[in-house]
Amino acid sequence: MTTLTITTTDVDGARIEARQPSVVRDVVAIAGRALRALPQEMETVIPLIFIALFFFIVNIGTLQHLTQSHIRGFDIKAFMLPTAILIGVTGVSRAGSLVLDIQDGYLDRLLLTPVRRLAILVGHMVADVAIAALLTVPILVLAFAIGVHIQAGLLGAVAFVVMACLWSLAFAGFGYAIALKTGNPAAVNSSFLLFFPFLFMTSSYVPRNQLTGWLSTIAGWNPVTYILEGLRSLVTQGWRWESLGKALLAIGIVGVLSMSLSLAALRGRTRRG
Amino acid sequence: MIRIPTGARSAERDQTAISAQGLVRSFDGSVAVDQLDLEIHRGEIYGFLGPNGAGKSTTVRVLCTLLSPSGGRAVVAGYDVATHPEQVRLRIGVALQDVALDPKQTGMDLLRLQGRLYGLSRREIAERLGELGRLIDLGDALERPIRTYSGGMKRRLDLATALVHQPEILFLDEPTTGLDPVSRARMWEEVNRLNQELHMTIFLTTQYLEEADELAHRIGIINDGRLVAEGTPDELKHAVGNDLIVARLATTGETAVEAARLRVEAIPGVHGVTARDEELVITTEDGASTIGAVAVALDKIAPVRSLTLRTPTLDDVFLQLTGNHIDLEEVAS
Repeated sequence: MTTLTITTTDVDGARIEARQPSVVRDVVAIAGRALRALPQEMETVIPLIFIALFFFIVNIGTLQHLTQSHIRGFDIKAFMLPTAILIGVTGVSRAGSLVLDIQDGYLDRLLLTPVRRLAILVGHMVADVAIAALLTVPILVLAFAIGVHIQAGLLGAVAFVVMACLWSLAFAGFGYAIALKTGNPAAVNSSFLLFFPFLFMTSSYVPRNQLTGWLSTIAGWNPVTYILEGLRSLVTQGWRWESLGKALLAIGIVGVLSMSLSLAALRGRTRRG
Repeated sequence: MIRIPTGARSAERDQTAISAQGLVRSFDGSVAVDQLDLEIHRGEIYGFLGPNGAGKSTTVRVLCTLLSPSGGRAVVAGYDVATHPEQVRLRIGVALQDVALDPKQTGMDLLRLQGRLYGLSRREIAERLGELGRLIDLGDALERPIRTYSGGMKRRLDLATALVHQPEILFLDEPTTGLDPVSRARMWEEVNRLNQELHMTIFLTTQYLEEADELAHRIGIINDGRLVAEGTPDELKHAVGNDLIVARLATTGETAVEAARLRVEAIPGVHGVTARDEELVITTEDGASTIGAVAVALDKIAPVRSLTLRTPTLDDVFLQLTGNHIDLEEVAS
């Protein structure tokens, strides 16, 4: 049997005492944990990169001749880059890990510490943004390799990645809301279904003015349409503030909705314990 | 409710670590904790004893701020759990009934993160990890993912996470359930050491009678969400009587058992008789001088299979207060 002595003082003789960390330290601690777990969970990231690259290449191959021969001055590679990026970053979420924390009881362990409840959610989301930013790298590298040029320049490329990450964050809020509300991994996985109407009932494959009928109407209401148009404006036109403003507004509307749902779910879970 | 005054305490011990007045917690109309009153002093090991579903874990979850009270008030380490939960969390450590660990992290990463969340500096965390490493004796395993740990290793690591910040009050919710006898003895030793060397207040829930008897300075017995008795182990046992005579009759007929109960109750020196199936538990001041009269009285009603004289246990206390034994099979499972 081990014998031990637990001392009550640190090396200077002062008693070690817990104290409330800053908000930033809370968020960094939670985000750091989520990012450290990433190498063990590459199966959640690699398919996202693969799917984005796959659709980027296949869509260009499929539509290049058709679109470029019918629409004057149309560059399918530049047009498809935002679609590929959104396919990659939509669905980046640690919500699945949060469900495992609930099931393993580790969320209770976190809730027993002085960490701010909001920091648990924000910490996971900060990790999501970092992962989403990393995901854009191979897609952008491929795009540059096949001759895509971002008209808004280097700063425009940065803005492009930032907007894509903000959208990723806004969409991830739905996954967190479902995770915190249900604590059920199957329910979180089913949030992926939201991906389809958002990403495909819009101008993913052809410009909005080429859409007709009901799809055109739905695309007009789909916030992703405006995000795609904002991102495309950076690639094909440069800084077009109206398009960028609409894109940011669309991200903001979806973000407010998804964050409200996830915060309500967080409050509900911490209240019922 | 039986509440046995425990006499004078030192000034230090009179400081209250945990108190509750009329504490209630219900779930969808079902009351799990019902008008609970508690007063636990600093430096005390308080055993909270009761069967499965009695409300022990719910009480712990309310006191450690994981659940908000439905009614009443609880103050832990000087702060109200409902209005100042963040202050409570800074001062308590908790090891829940089910270990609350992240299987993907290594033990070392988990402890470091725990230190950060309590605002400790790198130097303080390093110092505490050194101390806790010796406490939990996991050696090189601390660098391995937690999913590779045995149940006992997880339990020890869970205790260490509760101790990283040197809490004033430690909540241990059934800390030895599922442990082998050696690990259980080791946990008892650690609990005693934390209390004696660090003067840590320890709120310990358990279903194991011998655990409460061995560790607790005072015991509260909870049944159906209500505190039914409180006192030191000896006081609770003496409240039942100095001696117990347990008689097993060779019949389970209700009429015969009831007749036997009434006959024995009339014997001078008998304080009370509890009947359960074919068993009579007779409380008495002096068992040696009463057992002969009990044997004669019972023999006139029904054949006696066995007659045992012994001192009371906490199970006898529980039996007298609730009419039931703590279900040992349930505990074992």
